[in-house]
Amino acid sequence: MSGLKISRRIRYQEELDLDFGKEVAAAPGGEDLYKCIQCGTCSSTCPVSVYMDQTPRRIIAMTRAGFKDDVLASNTIWLCSSCYSCSVECPKSLRITDIMYALKQKAIAEKVYPKNLPIPVLAKEFFRSVMKTGRSNEGRTVARVWLKTNPMKILTQAGLGLKLMRRGRMSMKTERMSSGHDQMRRLLDAVEAARASRRPH
Amino acid sequence: MKYLYYPGCSLKGSSRGYEESILAVFGRLQFPMEELDGWNCCGATAYMAVDEVKALALAARNLALAEDSAGSEPVSLVAPCNSCYLVLSKVQRYMQEFDEIGRTISQAMRQAGLRYRGDVHVRHPLDVLINDIGIDAIRQQVVEPLKGSKVACYYGCQMVRPYATFDDQYNPTTMDDLLAAMGAEPVPWPLKTRCCGGSLTGTIEKAGLRLSYILLREAKERGANVIATCCPLCQFNLECYQRQMSAMFGSEVDIPVVYFSQLIGKAMGIDDRALGLNRLFVPLKSASAAV
Amino acid sequence: MIMQKKAPPEDLRIGVYVCHCGANIASKVNVESTRDFAQKLPGVAVARDYKFACSDPGQELIQNDIRELGINRVVVASCSPQLHEKTFRKACADAGLSPFYCQMANIREHVSWVTSDPVLATRKAKALVAAAVRRLAWAKALETKRVDVHPDVLVVGGGIAGIHAALLLANAGKKVFLVEREPTIGGHMAQFDKTFPTMDCAACILTPKMSDVKNHPNIHMWTYSEVEEVAGFTGNFKVTVRRKARYVKEKLCVGCNDCVEACVLKKDKVQVPDEFNVGLSRRKAVYMPFPQATPACVVIDPEQCLQLMKGKCAQTCVEACERAAIDFDQTDELIEIDVGAIIIATGYKVFDARRIPQYGYGRFTNVYTTLEIERLVNASGPTGGELILRDGTLPKVVGVVHCVGSRDRRFNPYCSNVCCMGALKMAHLIKERTGAEVFNFYVDMRTAFKGYEEFYDQILSEGVQFVRGRVAEVTDWAMTEEEKGKLIIRVEDTLVGVARRIPVDMVVLAVGLEPQADAPEIQRCFNISCSNEGFFLERHPKLGPVSTFTDGIFLAGACQGPKDIPETVAQAGAAAAEALSLVDRGFVEIEPNTAWIDEDVCSGCKTCIPLCPFKAIKRDEERGIAVINEALCKGCGTCVAACPSGAAQQNLFTDEQIYEEIEGVLSYA
Repeated sequence: MSGLKISRRIRYQEELDLDFGKEVAAAPGGEDLYKCIQCGTCSSTCPVSVYMDQTPRRIIAMTRAGFKDDVLASNTIWLCSSCYSCSVECPKSLRITDIMYALKQKAIAEKVYPKNLPIPVLAKEFFRSVMKTGRSNEGRTVARVWLKTNPMKILTQAGLGLKLMRRGRMSMKTERMSSGHDQMRRLLDAVEAARASRRPH
Repeated sequence: MKYLYYPGCSLKGSSRGYEESILAVFGRLQFPMEELDGWNCCGATAYMAVDEVKALALAARNLALAEDSAGSEPVSLVAPCNSCYLVLSKVQRYMQEFDEIGRTISQAMRQAGLRYRGDVHVRHPLDVLINDIGIDAIRQQVVEPLKGSKVACYYGCQMVRPYATFDDQYNPTTMDDLLAAMGAEPVPWPLKTRCCGGSLTGTIEKAGLRLSYILLREAKERGANVIATCCPLCQFNLECYQRQMSAMFGSEVDIPVVYFSQLIGKAMGIDDRALGLNRLFVPLKSASAAV
Repeated sequence: MIMQKKAPPEDLRIGVYVCHCGANIASKVNVESTRDFAQKLPGVAVARDYKFACSDPGQELIQNDIRELGINRVVVASCSPQLHEKTFRKACADAGLSPFYCQMANIREHVSWVTSDPVLATRKAKALVAAAVRRLAWAKALETKRVDVHPDVLVVGGGIAGIHAALLLANAGKKVFLVEREPTIGGHMAQFDKTFPTMDCAACILTPKMSDVKNHPNIHMWTYSEVEEVAGFTGNFKVTVRRKARYVKEKLCVGCNDCVEACVLKKDKVQVPDEFNVGLSRRKAVYMPFPQATPACVVIDPEQCLQLMKGKCAQTCVEACERAAIDFDQTDELIEIDVGAIIIATGYKVFDARRIPQYGYGRFTNVYTTLEIERLVNASGPTGGELILRDGTLPKVVGVVHCVGSRDRRFNPYCSNVCCMGALKMAHLIKERTGAEVFNFYVDMRTAFKGYEEFYDQILSEGVQFVRGRVAEVTDWAMTEEEKGKLIIRVEDTLVGVARRIPVDMVVLAVGLEPQADAPEIQRCFNISCSNEGFFLERHPKLGPVSTFTDGIFLAGACQGPKDIPETVAQAGAAAAEALSLVDRGFVEIEPNTAWIDEDVCSGCKTCIPLCPFKAIKRDEERGIAVINEALCKGCGTCVAACPSGAAQQNLFTDEQIYEEIEGVLSYA
């Protein structure tokens, strides 16, 4: 057998989803998605673009063109640290960070992300802690994330954890908000209800 | 103007030193700032990835609480954590700009018994120190100038991006000016606002740690012997992984990383423990540290 | 508000013509029922409908009625007066009826094109027709006035646009005043070294024209002068020009530069940045703007000259001048001129790259703009044509950054048109002079005009490296040993698909073009409009590129929008032709929509006088009333609206006409 590995890459229009771009453009901050001139400033200024399989510029191009699967499967949206450099440097004032948030939300909603990727798990654990106590409780939350995604880390990071605890910078004790917990929960439920009532029937 | 203090989750946990030093410094300046009663987590960046509107609603509750406690007086809500500072500012603007968000959250807040006008001034402590208290008043409190401190001031991302309200977006100088007034020598360097990696240092280490490592390396390259920060996550990333970075990138990084308020406190002669300096991983040997 | 109710004339015989405009009107408005409705209106003698009223047979229809049915007022219900008021007025005039007895009702742009419901459309059309009929009853048989046009022309701005226009007009036998703000003509083109795409030497092609201007008997070349005030109207402008004091007698100076040699300000630190060399060199208080300055006469800067500022100087310049040309007693001169047409050719300025701190201009020593490089490579520039870094060495690697300040919502959203070609020219010149490796960082390559794509071909063949990616930052933060001490350009190479860091010795920023800093003042002085970005506004983007909404004032060159030299010259020619057309015709016809003051009603309260933007109203002290100078009145209506007693009235828009029109609409709408 020949040792030269080849693969065929082509995209047929029927595989693409033009509505994907429109949905992202409809999200808050996504309104200028179609104004992008593909100049590459965002990728150039992004401090983590060197690790991304698709640079921010490419993600915008692919989102507009309907390459939904490729976009949601990329590591780009998880590498984005929300530093806002791209949004500030973009000559067409695209709010790229917000577009990345919209893509993160879509990926989590459709459960399209690599197994054991800690970020969506962190987001959900974070929210669970806030719902329960009104605070993020860093120590407990991070521990739960590791348990779910990579239990080995609890061992490898134990040293760091102890160091923090000894300096009083972390405790496994649960921090709670001083008052208004009920009100906060009611607020979040009311958001859900308000959203449902505003959805077109 | 009423000043309320919004600590945010980190200042009660991993960055207790930031809260301790901020309260000590503002206390010494006799600047009244009470903690916002009943505050909840601002949502920061984590929940924005799942549900934007709920994340903003969480932040908005704090603004409503602040408005409520001040009555008719204008209120400044001081948020030392860059992330909290950004999210609180963002929710105000987004509720005005995006009808959907504004109405959904307003409706929900009414149902939860909260009143929201949207006129809280979200402030960063650097802003309050420079603009409301003034450098001269602060300089008068200096008893031990920070001679010999070559400090690289690291502002991080979210204090200046996307909204730069009190400092320059590309070359902020408020921290530099404050610490210069404390007798330190701010080191000019090009990476003042380059991302430290944020939460990536915990989730995608290779990428996150390298970002912080680059900052440490360049600060040292420019001659700094201490780095001053104004964000809990930045401080954590720059300080707590130095051993791992040395191993991963094969070069020693060993430089104290403190909060700017801790340096100001030191110059004011406030005791180390009171400033939370005992909580550092890399000790600040003395105010005039020459590593 | 006193309104004396006058009676309309008794012998009104109004003809109403409802046009179908093909299907444009007829598909929405029921023209037949509108016609029938019109027939029943008081004063209407005949009502007709026709497919195309503006056509020859359509016009003849109206003319026949005038001649044979004694129609003495005409309403044409059709399109916008903007389009055909002239047509129908002329048709009436040709048939012997005063053109001002013709009234149009716009039932196309105002009705059929904007109303979806045919029933509502027809109703609206009827209301407008009724309004027109009632208004017409109060029409007066006014006369258009013919005013002679002054044959002289003013050209403001002595760059290539102004120079070309001035020469054309002068060669056509017209007297031209060429007013230029700087002490020399030539504009930005004089600063260039070479011009794309042919790499013609800019000075070689420009200086002969500059010389022609100076020597042309028909051109008054007034340099170091500015237009201070403009009054009047098309064909009859009164312009006040301030000729600033050079403190040197232009007629005596031969440009030997002995005074410059002698000037006491010898030290660098007391000299000022040389404007012509974009601040790359310094000049003394007395200076020759550049070696080929036209006129070849020095000028003294009153803010630098010790004698002029403090009255204390050895005056070595006076001593050195063998022709006794220096005159510290000179003062500014204000001169009033009369001209028939004005061409504005005030040019552009470049984007200030300091506004983008990420590029390091003003912070890093070896970041330059394209204009600065033009001066560096120019043989008569600050380095004698050597393209060297600030430390005197030759650059080995140069980065040219496109789109600086352009196509950017934070600065200028438009594309500045010429910078891609300019940046390619830079690449070529830099390679030629230094042999350096050159990288051009672009977003889109805009090389659309004649010879431009071929130029791009040529630059590609010369081995210039093209990286498609907009530069986010120029930094001195080094990541490797090789990068230390250099300027690093970080960019996404979008075509290859990878991030790159490229260390360079020199960065050249292709800065965009902007309106001059004082464009708003010029706009106000000449009473013209500006577009969003601040460039002067042309009358029509396609069909009126060199005229403005102010009759008699034309535009040429980059002051109307960023453009290259061939387009500038073409526009200058076009503006000169428009000016010639006006001036050679010899007269202008003034629309008789001027205001007048009813002497019996005017109480002399003086409310109107300061309100007139054209200073057309004066107080007659003897009679204690206001009087309007018809020649200056432009019919804006301000005084009419302001007059508390209704004494001020306006032709074509009298109170009776307006009230009747309103009544017509309200009665039938």
